[in-house]
Amino acid sequence: MLHVDMQNVNKWFGAHHVLRDVNLSVTHGERIVICGPSGSGKSTMIRCINRLEAHEKGRIVVDGTELTNDVKKIDEVRRDVGMVFQHFNLFPHLTILENCTLAPMWVKRMPRRDAEEVAMHYLNRVRIPEQANKYPGQLSGGQQQRVAIARSLCMSPKIMLFDEPTSALDPEMVKEVLDTMVSLAEEGMTMLCVTHEMGFARQVADRVIFMDAGQIVEVNEPRAFFENPQHERTKTFLGQILH
Amino acid sequence: MSNATAMMRSVRSAPMFRDRTNTIATAMFGAILVYLGARFARWAVVNAVWTVPPGVGSAPCRAVAGSGACWAVISDRLRFISLGTYPLDQQWRPVVASLLFIALYAASARRSWWKPGLFVLWLAVPALAIVLLRGGWFGLSSVATEFWGGLPLTFLLSTVSFALAFPFGVALALGRRSEMPAVRTMSITYIELIRAVPLVSMIFMAAVMFPLFVPQSFTLDKLLRAHVAFVMVMSAYLAEVLRGGLQAIPKGQYEAAASIGLPYWPTTVMIVLPQAVRTTIPSIVNTFIGFFKDTSLVAVIGLFDLLGAAKAVIVDPKWVGFGVEVYLFVAAVYFTFTFSVSRYTQRLERVLSAERNH
Amino acid sequence: MSATIRIVAAPRSSSSRWSWRDPRARAAIWQVVIVGLLVGTIALIAVQTTTNLRSRGIASGFTYLTRSAGFEIPESTLSYSSRDSYGRALAVGIVNTLRVSTIGVLAAVMLGVVIGVARLSSIWVVSTVAKWYVEVLRNTPLLLQLLFWYSVMLALPTVHDAIHPLPGVFLSDRGLFLPSIGWHGGVPSLDMPQLMRFSFRGGLWITPEFATLLVGLATYTAAFIAEIVRSGVLAVDKGQTEAASALGLSRYRTLRLVVLPQALRVIIPPTTSQLLNLFKNSSLAVAIGYPELMSITTTTLNQTGQAMEAILIAMTCYLAISLSISLGMNSYNRRVVLRGQGA
Repeated sequence: MLHVDMQNVNKWFGAHHVLRDVNLSVTHGERIVICGPSGSGKSTMIRCINRLEAHEKGRIVVDGTELTNDVKKIDEVRRDVGMVFQHFNLFPHLTILENCTLAPMWVKRMPRRDAEEVAMHYLNRVRIPEQANKYPGQLSGGQQQRVAIARSLCMSPKIMLFDEPTSALDPEMVKEVLDTMVSLAEEGMTMLCVTHEMGFARQVADRVIFMDAGQIVEVNEPRAFFENPQHERTKTFLGQILH
Repeated sequence: MSNATAMMRSVRSAPMFRDRTNTIATAMFGAILVYLGARFARWAVVNAVWTVPPGVGSAPCRAVAGSGACWAVISDRLRFISLGTYPLDQQWRPVVASLLFIALYAASARRSWWKPGLFVLWLAVPALAIVLLRGGWFGLSSVATEFWGGLPLTFLLSTVSFALAFPFGVALALGRRSEMPAVRTMSITYIELIRAVPLVSMIFMAAVMFPLFVPQSFTLDKLLRAHVAFVMVMSAYLAEVLRGGLQAIPKGQYEAAASIGLPYWPTTVMIVLPQAVRTTIPSIVNTFIGFFKDTSLVAVIGLFDLLGAAKAVIVDPKWVGFGVEVYLFVAAVYFTFTFSVSRYTQRLERVLSAERNH
Repeated sequence: MSATIRIVAAPRSSSSRWSWRDPRARAAIWQVVIVGLLVGTIALIAVQTTTNLRSRGIASGFTYLTRSAGFEIPESTLSYSSRDSYGRALAVGIVNTLRVSTIGVLAAVMLGVVIGVARLSSIWVVSTVAKWYVEVLRNTPLLLQLLFWYSVMLALPTVHDAIHPLPGVFLSDRGLFLPSIGWHGGVPSLDMPQLMRFSFRGGLWITPEFATLLVGLATYTAAFIAEIVRSGVLAVDKGQTEAASALGLSRYRTLRLVVLPQALRVIIPPTTSQLLNLFKNSSLAVAIGYPELMSITTTTLNQTGQAMEAILIAMTCYLAISLSISLGMNSYNRRVVLRGQGA
């Protein structure tokens, strides 16, 4: 069974056609990296998967649930899909631990003690358990992003979405976040990552997708994608970011 | 270095002498200010009458009228100005109530106490004060609200109205940003209507119209009606302040909450409101100070709050004509309170913006 | 607009089948419930009010407006006598409100700008005096200030010992008398106030009530405007001044061409809301007896018992004037203030 299935997905922002007939099927445990110039619709596409954006035409089925207006189904999908944002979006008024326990307690009705245990488990995994009682503002960007990953993992998602998770980080912090993502990938998590970290794509991606002007232009496994791009636009883009 | 040059140096570096323009200006304005100050001091201190012996009325004050201040009016009527007509033998009750309010304000200034529990305190303290003032329990004699007055009444009006207006303000602010057109329209209409009319007209409305709205068996006392007017108005102004806070919350916060599956109400209560309130605390406190001053308007419907009592003092034939002294005194009381609170918010604003920027 | 709701916003062409789980259906039901509650409450109040009015024998309606008012109004721009109707008295009140607000606004802006600039002065004495002016005026209730000024006015010498600083200028507990320019046979002539037995006759008379209200409103509002002016000027980025001097502009030109236009954008919106406040605060005249809208309203309701009608009329007038002022200000803002901000 497909884990994420998008068929002929279309979306407009006013008159601007941001997604044009996007078709994408992701199987269980598959790791996909999406790249493309800014404004190409790559963020919008993954934001449609947990319905931060609503698509206007076509079908999106996530883990067997089709996304419609039905709030209950949207809630179901969001429980199963985690997302990591470019700007971390941690809740600044809550401690790291509270950031992580909030959803398990309020969405899954987990008792505080259990939620804290789960949170500490994942904070250990992203290697910052000692920061649990600090506030996000007291942490470095890399640490904040790792907390954001832990916060998502606390809901035990089946799919993780990454929306340019390293673009807002200082260069020396990119690696710690990528390492965390790599270890996630190695455990068999279904992942969709919008990123320009081509090293990461080479290392973990099963498929690399190139988007431009709202369309998926090219899909290939990483080696072929980087060494032998088929489309002119892909070549130009790769030329720009690799040199 | 000798002492004299050290002194010269410190004088030179004082802001009023830091350059030639400043020195000249200081000399010129200083002369004027000293002259005015001296004239004021002659009126307020040198020629002033501080007390009058019993039985002579205000004759000693009348004798110096025009050249000296009559502070005797304050010493004579201090109890009335500060506590209204509350029974003399029970006056410890309004005094304790005032202290409770002051303690509440002091507690609210501590940042470590900014928790939802603080709001409960804002409901509990006025409730306690009302129980204390009203009596009829625990062997306390019962005192009707028309005898309440002075400073405790000012504290009571502003605190109770504020605590009750706050939840309404939150609801209106959320309503104004709602995507449901009916809810949005109603919130906007209410907020804009209330803000477009003078507070006095709302107080008169409450005083003369509210009794018509309820069954006649149901008597709304004047103090309660004044509270209703203040709650109605304050909630509209608080809603506007909170709206600013809501607008300042980045979209990413809503998205993050949605992505971890939080529905609307948990998101609003746990994520949105705490941040909106935190960023607007200086403005919320300023709104409170503004209304603290504006509770003085109840004097026009005949309640004896601090200003109402002062106004009543100079209606007394004995003290008629000494309004300047009475009002200067009352102004000093208001100023002490509001100035210190506004100093506090200024400092808070600096601290908060420094925290945001790093 | 709320981002929370936008997230689950309805796409244009999804299933249109009705479902309780559809946010659109939920929103519709919520709105019906809320509107229903509101309408119900209003209806309940209306029914109760009618019963109360009937049982108290109060005839509601606006016919009282045509009845003779029977009270004097000491100062009026419109012609008015106690035989005129309540409606006429109301009109006098509105005109007086507008009169004191208009003059008050002009005075408040001038004084506010002066104090705001003084607050920024590099001369320590000047900025300190301005600072304390602002602190004292802002931190005491306006009503208290009005009552204070009124006490001061009434404590002035009597007519016979009037303060007489210039020819034709007399300041006493009856107010301020000034020479005025009148027309006699097509020739302008100076009309000097003459001392009669109880007061002055002729010239321009400013009553203590009007003077109190004007001084009180203008000095109070000026304190707020001064703070706005100060923060507006400080808000202009220092780099702007530096860039202007780097281009060789003089200090005056820099201020005139670079700093002020940018500061005005910051200054104008909050200032307009202060001016609206001044207009609304003119209703405090009720405490000192200047016959503006609110005072006339309270006199009317005390005499006729038509509390509801009188208050509703007053509130409608304030509302209409406030809303037209803010509409005017908003369009001015759009044209002038937001120009070149790309919004």
